[in-house]
Amino acid sequence: MTDANPLVSLRHARKSFGQTEVLKDISLTVQPGEVLAIIGPSGGGKSTLLRCCTLLETLDGGSLAFADCPVCTDDGSGSVYGSKADLVRARRHFGLVFQNFNLFPHYTVLRNLIDAPITVQKMPREQAEAKAVALLDKMGLAGRESMVPCELSGGQQQRVAIARALMLDPDVLFFDEPTSALDPELTKGVLKVIRDLAEESMTMVIVTHEMRFARDVADHVIFMDGGVIVEEGPAAAVIDDPQHDRTRAFLRGDDA
Amino acid sequence: MDGSSLIDSIGLFLGMSGDKMQLSTMLDLLGSGLLLTGQIFIVTLIGALPLGVLIALGRMSRFKPLAWLMRVYISFMRGTPLMLQLMALMFGPYYLFGMQMGTDWKYWACDIGFILNYAAYFAEIYRSGIQSIPRGQYEAAEVLGYSRGQTFMRIVLPQVIKRILPAMGNEVITLVKDTSLAFVLGVMEMFSQAKAIAASQVSMLPYIIAALIYWGFTIVVEFLLNRVEKKLDYYHD
Ligand SMILES: Nc1ncnc2c1ncn2[C@@H]1O[C@H](COP(=O)(O)OP(=O)(O)OP(=O)(O)O)[C@@H](O)[C@H]1O
Ligand SMILES: [Mg+2]
Repeated sequence: MTDANPLVSLRHARKSFGQTEVLKDISLTVQPGEVLAIIGPSGGGKSTLLRCCTLLETLDGGSLAFADCPVCTDDGSGSVYGSKADLVRARRHFGLVFQNFNLFPHYTVLRNLIDAPITVQKMPREQAEAKAVALLDKMGLAGRESMVPCELSGGQQQRVAIARALMLDPDVLFFDEPTSALDPELTKGVLKVIRDLAEESMTMVIVTHEMRFARDVADHVIFMDGGVIVEEGPAAAVIDDPQHDRTRAFLRGDDA
Repeated sequence: MDGSSLIDSIGLFLGMSGDKMQLSTMLDLLGSGLLLTGQIFIVTLIGALPLGVLIALGRMSRFKPLAWLMRVYISFMRGTPLMLQLMALMFGPYYLFGMQMGTDWKYWACDIGFILNYAAYFAEIYRSGIQSIPRGQYEAAEVLGYSRGQTFMRIVLPQVIKRILPAMGNEVITLVKDTSLAFVLGVMEMFSQAKAIAASQVSMLPYIIAALIYWGFTIVVEFLLNRVEKKLDYYHD
């Protein structure tokens, strides 16, 4: 965990909602090309962790940086966030795929993909469109450019959401339970797309309940419960041979 | 037989004798009134639709004094008669500040009064629409790097418009008829014209015609609203 250039480095993260401490001293790093899976029972703080990493929530304590771009620092008295410009710069480093997609329903599939590159990054329209068409093709959605999200299945919508995130060339892509709103049949297509991305060495952090998928695709697994990292290690080790009772109980399906 | 003599023979048929105002003259007067009615209607929409957005945003602002001020504003504008507001605007400058307003002031007072009043109603409709947009839409936009302004204009507002269209339609139809309140300012819109003709001719007819024209006006508005609704029907969420 001391490699030179982690893409994500989170140190001693703390977060409370009112009286409830949801993250208690969480540290993690993600190396380029690494796939990190975060597993754990409901209410363990996985989503909160991801939301803090993607700047949708602010940390109470701890530091966060993307490559050499700091988001917040902590000299012991709590997290201090950088300027607005710093945060804008930090946001360019990551993308996020939501459990319920959050596509823009009033935009066509194509517009969902190209709108942010054009308005935010000032990418020329032709370039954005060419890129979007290629990405949709890769997602198995060729020819659906002019459909609107409500005309697609959940699995297709999630693949559009993944393509939308990829349009901005993030260094790291976060997923919060990308398949738990989907039927098993639709889950497959989405997992396949993520698998393909892993093959291409896309750096990803994935919160998931799909244990087999986590074991196959992830390099590293973190088991979180009660706001702490209970156990972590290589995917096969944590999932096939967990060391802690809580991890064992969770993987046996006693809770979750 | 040309158009106006046809109209006049209809007038005769309806029992209007020759020494009374000819029906064509009456229609001319009502028509000039309708022009003013339409003008009040359009100007109110042009002013109140955007102003309502600003008031709604102020009302939802995290800056408490602004939110509170907008809340009082909305409450007052919706809680007092529009007719009274129009009168206050008309005569306020003189009674409060001794200002002599020109003869055109009544038109300004009328437009300003309608805009200020309708913006308050629109603001509450916008607010309900804005608050109905799921938080995930804002979060997706934020992660994609949209600024707050871009998020509102590109992501939120278009979805809000679809959601609030039925409620807005109600207000717009009400506005068609509310324009008649301008009569208290001596603005000779259609209702004032009808009232004047009715008084001079001792006849119900101008009222009946005016009612039919108002009705026709609202039918056109309903038709246009339906078109917009159909146009936005290409998606649902
Ligand atoms: N905005 C919030 N306000 C108050 N409490 C919150 C908020 N968000 C999360 N929590 C609480 O934080 C705890 C952790 O929630 P979180 O959503 O991070 O868990 P999770 O591991 O993602 O669970 P799940 O597997 O069900 O998605 C829960 O007890 C939850 O009730
Ligand atoms: Mg969660």
